[in-house]
Amino acid sequence: MQTEEIRVRGLVQGVGFRPFVWQLAARFGIRGEVLNDGEGVLIRATGDQLDDFCRAILEEAPPLARIRSLDRRAIDLDVSPSGFSIVETKGGTKRTGVTPDAQVCSACRAEIAEPAERRHGYAFTNCTHCGPRFSIVDAIPYDRMATRMRAFIMCDACKTEYENPADRRFHAQPIACPTCGPKLTFLDRQGAPVDGDPLTLAAETIAAGGILALKGLGGFHLACDATNEAAVTDLRRRKRRPDKPFALMGLDLDMIGRHCHLTPAHAALLSEPAGPIVLMDSRAGGDALAPSLAPRLSVLGWMLPTTPLHQFLCAALARPLVMTSGNLSGEPQVIGNDEALEKLSSFADAFLLHDRDIARLLDDSVTAVVGGDLRVLRRARGYAPAPLELPPGFADAPPLLALGGELKSAICQISDGEALLSHHIGDLEDALSYSEFEKAIEDYARLFGHRPEIIACDLHPGYRSTAKAQEIAAKAGLPLLQVQHHHAHVASAMAENGWPLDGAPVLGIALDGTGYGLDGTVWGGELLLSTYRDVTRLGSLKPVPLPGGSAAVQEPWRNLLAQLTSAFGRDALPLPEGSDLQERLASKPVATLLGMMEKGLNSPMTSSAGRLFDAVGAALGLAFDRVSFEGQAAMELESLARLAVQPSDTEASDAHGYPFALLSEDDLARIDPAPMWRALLTDLADGVPSATIALRFHQGFATACADLAMDLARRHGAGAIALSGGVMQNALLMELLLDRLADCGLPVLTQRQVPANDGGLAYGQAVIAVAQALAGD
Amino acid sequence: LAHGGGGKAMRDLVEDVFVSAFYNPETGAMEDQARLDPTPELLNGGRLAFTTDSFVVDPLFFPGGDIGKLAVYGTVNDLAVGGAKPKWLSASFIIEEGCEVETLRRVAASMRQAADLSGVAIVTGDTKVVAMGAADKLFVTTAGVGVIPPGTDLGAHRVRPGDVAIVNGFLGHHGAAILAARGDLALETDIASDCAPLNALMEAVAKAAPNLRAARDATRGGLAAALNEIAASAGLRIVLEETSLPLKPDIRGFCEILGFDPLYLANEGTLVLFVPPDEAEAALAAMRRVPEGRDAAIIGSVTEGTAGRVEMKTLFGGSRIVDMLVGEQLPRIC
Ligand SMILES: [Fe+3]
Ligand SMILES: [Mg+2]
Ligand SMILES: [Zn+2]
Ligand SMILES: [Zn+2]
Repeated sequence: MQTEEIRVRGLVQGVGFRPFVWQLAARFGIRGEVLNDGEGVLIRATGDQLDDFCRAILEEAPPLARIRSLDRRAIDLDVSPSGFSIVETKGGTKRTGVTPDAQVCSACRAEIAEPAERRHGYAFTNCTHCGPRFSIVDAIPYDRMATRMRAFIMCDACKTEYENPADRRFHAQPIACPTCGPKLTFLDRQGAPVDGDPLTLAAETIAAGGILALKGLGGFHLACDATNEAAVTDLRRRKRRPDKPFALMGLDLDMIGRHCHLTPAHAALLSEPAGPIVLMDSRAGGDALAPSLAPRLSVLGWMLPTTPLHQFLCAALARPLVMTSGNLSGEPQVIGNDEALEKLSSFADAFLLHDRDIARLLDDSVTAVVGGDLRVLRRARGYAPAPLELPPGFADAPPLLALGGELKSAICQISDGEALLSHHIGDLEDALSYSEFEKAIEDYARLFGHRPEIIACDLHPGYRSTAKAQEIAAKAGLPLLQVQHHHAHVASAMAENGWPLDGAPVLGIALDGTGYGLDGTVWGGELLLSTYRDVTRLGSLKPVPLPGGSAAVQEPWRNLLAQLTSAFGRDALPLPEGSDLQERLASKPVATLLGMMEKGLNSPMTSSAGRLFDAVGAALGLAFDRVSFEGQAAMELESLARLAVQPSDTEASDAHGYPFALLSEDDLARIDPAPMWRALLTDLADGVPSATIALRFHQGFATACADLAMDLARRHGAGAIALSGGVMQNALLMELLLDRLADCGLPVLTQRQVPANDGGLAYGQAVIAVAQALAGD
Repeated sequence: LAHGGGGKAMRDLVEDVFVSAFYNPETGAMEDQARLDPTPELLNGGRLAFTTDSFVVDPLFFPGGDIGKLAVYGTVNDLAVGGAKPKWLSASFIIEEGCEVETLRRVAASMRQAADLSGVAIVTGDTKVVAMGAADKLFVTTAGVGVIPPGTDLGAHRVRPGDVAIVNGFLGHHGAAILAARGDLALETDIASDCAPLNALMEAVAKAAPNLRAARDATRGGLAAALNEIAASAGLRIVLEETSLPLKPDIRGFCEILGFDPLYLANEGTLVLFVPPDEAEAALAAMRRVPEGRDAAIIGSVTEGTAGRVEMKTLFGGSRIVDMLVGEQLPRIC
């Protein structure tokens, strides 16, 4: 007989951990107690099978729990306990973690479908394994009164379940039933309540081709029938969203699998408690779907029903639904009922509302499976605020706050040797998103009791997050560290892969849109030798002008002109006479742009990879005039290239594609696309299919980057190669890079839980700032 | 023009260009110092306003103006937006060796004309000729003294929630004209600088809207900078309506092609002013009766809320933050 104190740390509160321990104690004949406190869960256990007990804790933990550590020490108890008890939450909590929201679990799904159950058909059914968490929490510790469920008084039946350790709903804070919980209302487009069953009315709205605004877990959705082209185009018109793909929701894996190439990895990802949107290849023959869901793109984003509410709609309609965020284009999602009625009335034909408040806006997360691994592209509902472990050497990190970038804003706190990367916030030029950003800074600080001693941000002097960081640092008298954009991208990949603080330097390939460089020019296609403390630029794409600055980010043809002029000189553009391309360029103010580039007027030099993709896309006629959403030209180019990839045909992926040249300028290796352009234009003139051209570009570019990276890594003794930056969202390019780097003998560090795009910047900034602070000690 | 070698004769020639151009029977010949009599406003409790500004522009002559006009109106307007009646100016010239005397004559004549038009006298000044490369052709510095009538007190501190923001005319013409004049942009455009004196306009508004709160000329950094300065010092939020901004199609087109935002382009005869809502119509009408205010328009209003923030409601109903530009205009989009 031994007695031990067992300490479990991690995401272990509010996830059914104590009843789980209670049940294990019964199984292993253990006496003692379990309680929540400020550090996690504490167990005092007396029994003969403590080893088995602890192993079972680790192996069988509840689905939403994430155990970071389990420590045991022998103790003496004055009085031997007679049974095993669950002790009420003690005060004095600090950082114990709030779990992310979870999509409806299979047990709840079965329960609500069962006519004999008292929660049959109830839209707010949840249990300790599923339901709202972060989206309803106002304070820690996680207790019903600290959530938006405090407005609802538990009925006796719910209270009995809540208090029974053997019940699936023991201490499920959002527990609810039709008697005592939140209720649905259905309103017409003017906001007037309509009599009848709200769910039936909502389903009828969608079935009739209408657009429904419904309150989801982390914000409002706009839903319509994804098989009804008229409804989808209507939604596009009302949202002023001409091209950007819509996310879809399918009732179950079967339904989703009928419309796309669903692998076991995708199925597992879709079914995760996080319930993210998963990007998958649209399967040819999925012609029941409206063609305008994702014009010219070969992937569609799917998710399973997030809540019982979504589950009922999907089941009632038995067809895929468009489930897009309820907002004005560019603005944050709406979360309040009044706000929804005000802002969404021009989009929606009807509203499905309820009376449980959303505490904070959480967008749907977006993921993909690339190179066999999960990649989070947008980290929000279901993932935030799960903490991220820091690599060896970071245990003594001072509390720190990093404010990230300008687009896809997210912030990151460091404390207790962990990083907490916030949910996706949005683009800071939008006034409401900026307010969300300011709110998030305060919200996370208050919720997690965080008091930063260092502030980190981007090096760009014009980012609004930079200005905010300067303001916070000045007000609180804190040191401010400005981190180069692509160094942060690379460090983000290093840290996510546990690269140690004092590890060898890493050769980072940062392929990106634009970021402020150490030399004051615009970077974005970089080969950087990085440690957490230092960065040396070893190579880049050959810089070309960005004529019109941000106008060139919106208008791909500008980059085409800049690329061609840089490759061939302004007077010798080798465009086939009378070709489509020549005619399209001729319709543009080419002479003005040539003048601008020559005089350096609003034409900053850039080594951006994203702009090169734009230029190649424009050469093939993709989004030539203007993109209507970020990354459109590059996404369409990838989709086009995929048409030329034959899965059975290894030749395509082995091919090296178009040639790039390598220049050496002032100790910098420059990848020069001029030979690629010559070959591309020749193919174009010869009538080679544009899909083949797109593929050859991807292959050639991947080869050029990988070859140079391997050479630089060898020459500078790098210990690994890291891949990051927004262009890495291009799955084809990523696969080609992984393929070419497979035999280099070095580990390849890629991003998985942390977005490779600017959503991961704050995490990279944070680890760099920590490293510098620790070096300064 | 030669530096040094020309000696005293040359210096005399240069000085004469300006002295003769600026001669004014009321103030007399330019002496080492100007001696100024107090005006009736000063004797009745008015105050003096004093400002200075340096002007460097390439090219010296551009559609709608030249460096001389710029130097006079710039200082006149800095006085006028503070509620002062501009009265006297000084003018100093840094001349690069090699600059044509004819150029100086044209600039001097233009300054004299601008001074007459805005009712100020250039009463003192200085000239220096420096070596080739030590300056770029010609730099001009003006200082000005004006008189603030008793009881007048304009400034951001007086701006209140609910106040209405009005501009006097189309935005961005000076900045666009200068860029276009630098040439080689293959642009068919007749955009001219808005370079103009704003003192008559300010007097008209002050009469029509006795509770005029504040005014700011939207010079360097454009309307965005002027609004941000007001919002910051008033500790209030300013909300613009994109659809109300006075923008000529040729400025829109120019900005689209070059990738500029008209809110950030410089103006030299454009101001934004703030009046209480019940005086907005009167102020607008008074402005429209003055040539410099013909195209005046209400562009937004002041609200409580995030202090120091300027926002613009866009065409599609969104709201965008209009902040100050830091350094050059590098893209923020990733
Ligand atoms: Fe980036
Ligand atoms: Mg001034
Ligand atoms: Zn459940
Ligand atoms: Zn109940």
